[in-house]
Amino acid sequence: MSGARIPWLYAFVLGYLIFLYAPIVLLPLFAFNNSTTIAFPLQGFTFRWFTELTRVPALHEAVKNSLFVAVVTAISATILGICAARASTRYRFPVQGGIMGLIMLPLVLPEIIVAMSLLVVLLRLGINLGLWTVILGHVLICTPFCVAILSSAFRNLDRSLEEAAFDLGESRWSTFRLITLPLVLPGVISSLLISFTISLDEFIIAFFLSGAETTLPVYIFSQFRFPARLPVVMALGTILLVLSLLLLSVAEYFRRRGLRQTGAGDSGGFL
Amino acid sequence: MADTSAGERASRRREAVRGFSLVSPPLLYALLLLAAPLSAVVVISFWTQDYLTLTPGFTLDNYEQALTRPVFQTLLSRSLGVALLVTAVTVVLAFPVAYYVSFHVRPERKALWIFLITIPFWTSYLLRVFLWRVILGYNGVLNTGLLGIGVIDEPLTFLLYNVNAVIITLAHAWAPFAILPIFVALEKIDRSLLEASHDLGESRVRTFLRVTLPLAMPGVVAAVLIVFIPTIGDYVTPSLVGGSSGQLIANMIQVQFLRLNNAPLGAALAVTTMLIVGAMSVLFLLFTRRYLRGQQ
Repeated sequence: MSGARIPWLYAFVLGYLIFLYAPIVLLPLFAFNNSTTIAFPLQGFTFRWFTELTRVPALHEAVKNSLFVAVVTAISATILGICAARASTRYRFPVQGGIMGLIMLPLVLPEIIVAMSLLVVLLRLGINLGLWTVILGHVLICTPFCVAILSSAFRNLDRSLEEAAFDLGESRWSTFRLITLPLVLPGVISSLLISFTISLDEFIIAFFLSGAETTLPVYIFSQFRFPARLPVVMALGTILLVLSLLLLSVAEYFRRRGLRQTGAGDSGGFL
Repeated sequence: MADTSAGERASRRREAVRGFSLVSPPLLYALLLLAAPLSAVVVISFWTQDYLTLTPGFTLDNYEQALTRPVFQTLLSRSLGVALLVTAVTVVLAFPVAYYVSFHVRPERKALWIFLITIPFWTSYLLRVFLWRVILGYNGVLNTGLLGIGVIDEPLTFLLYNVNAVIITLAHAWAPFAILPIFVALEKIDRSLLEASHDLGESRVRTFLRVTLPLAMPGVVAAVLIVFIPTIGDYVTPSLVGGSSGQLIANMIQVQFLRLNNAPLGAALAVTTMLIVGAMSVLFLLFTRRYLRGQQ
């Protein structure tokens, strides 16, 4: 049903979208602004903040670290997500609700609680902080997102296709590999991209658990203290914005293709 | 079922075993890296720390401090107040947007709208919080804009480095988390119910209040919890835009852990906060469940 338009509702939604996009629109504005202070009026166009980005070794190190963490996190969280999503959609087993609840818990737990509790245990065990400890935390918070995405992919799967392959003599593993996996592949790709993006952007856990090695958000946070560095941070932010828009568009494309393949309706959104 | 055959029971057991073995890797991970550390925090909250050495034992001192020292009381009540306000603002503002997308956008364009709404959420959280500082600051976008068009004579100072800034920034950060569950609940509403209500002579407003809103309540409840619980633990926003009067309990927990080296007190603060948040969430669920049942 598409009822008659209510003008005030439309105006409200437009205003809300402006509120949502206000900070993001400013990012490219100040990235290309030829002034060391982040304030209006704009002072003219420049590329110099972008060229300056290429001359900061600490930043390059942070980018490399973040990419490493995000790639390992995305793969691990997606594998764990496949197990949990497949188990919960295909099988019935005792205390299923409790088990899935525990796996999904980080979704509603404040990140500082996750970060702090991991820090306490890692320090007690005498484990040195570094990129691997950040990965441990990131896999924990990314897995619920992967489970959510992959559950809908597995749920939309027509079970009779698997049964047919099984009846035709394929083993359970080869059925999974030849039938199930290709059909949920779009969900898997979307899960990889989403967890990659979350990990790349995560700050609190990285701040607590990275020790001497910095990830990109930890680097950005440290730059906020130096006003002169801010235009460079804006340029960096603009690049990140463009990259995450690209990644998300690709994720959305695969998610929709997956829905088309399994013939399900589009319920919209990642979450 | 009384006449469940042995074969059926065996197949059910086989299914349970397969399900268990499949779910065990993520379950083990969550047990080792979530359940165990959380339990450790609870245990440590009863310990004492002397400079760098943690001393096991059992003392309620940390909890006594967490509940009675004025600085913690102030931070805790401020955090709860901010979280409640942020939740209310976010959910109230989100509802009309979710309603609009669900009821007034053509079906084939809904996914695009949801995508549009979620994009800002996927850009760097740190940078978004920082950009609110740019917008709300003394020489910020809002002040220079308002000065430029002559609405105000001197820059507004109540915008940044206080609780207001924290609320605005958090309401922005959590917007998609409130919109999506409400949208999903609205999408599930059988449209023929609304037509029935119209046909029976109810006005649009009464239809909304008596049919749409009660049926959307599960989404609203989910949105409230999804925004409220993590907001309590937010650390970045208060430290970047909160100033000294906008610091929240998470900042104190961080200070206790990382700078003052008092992990037991930090743990006690965290446990206290989570208990209060948990209790409030359960109360809220009980309250809304009764309300929902009353509507049916």
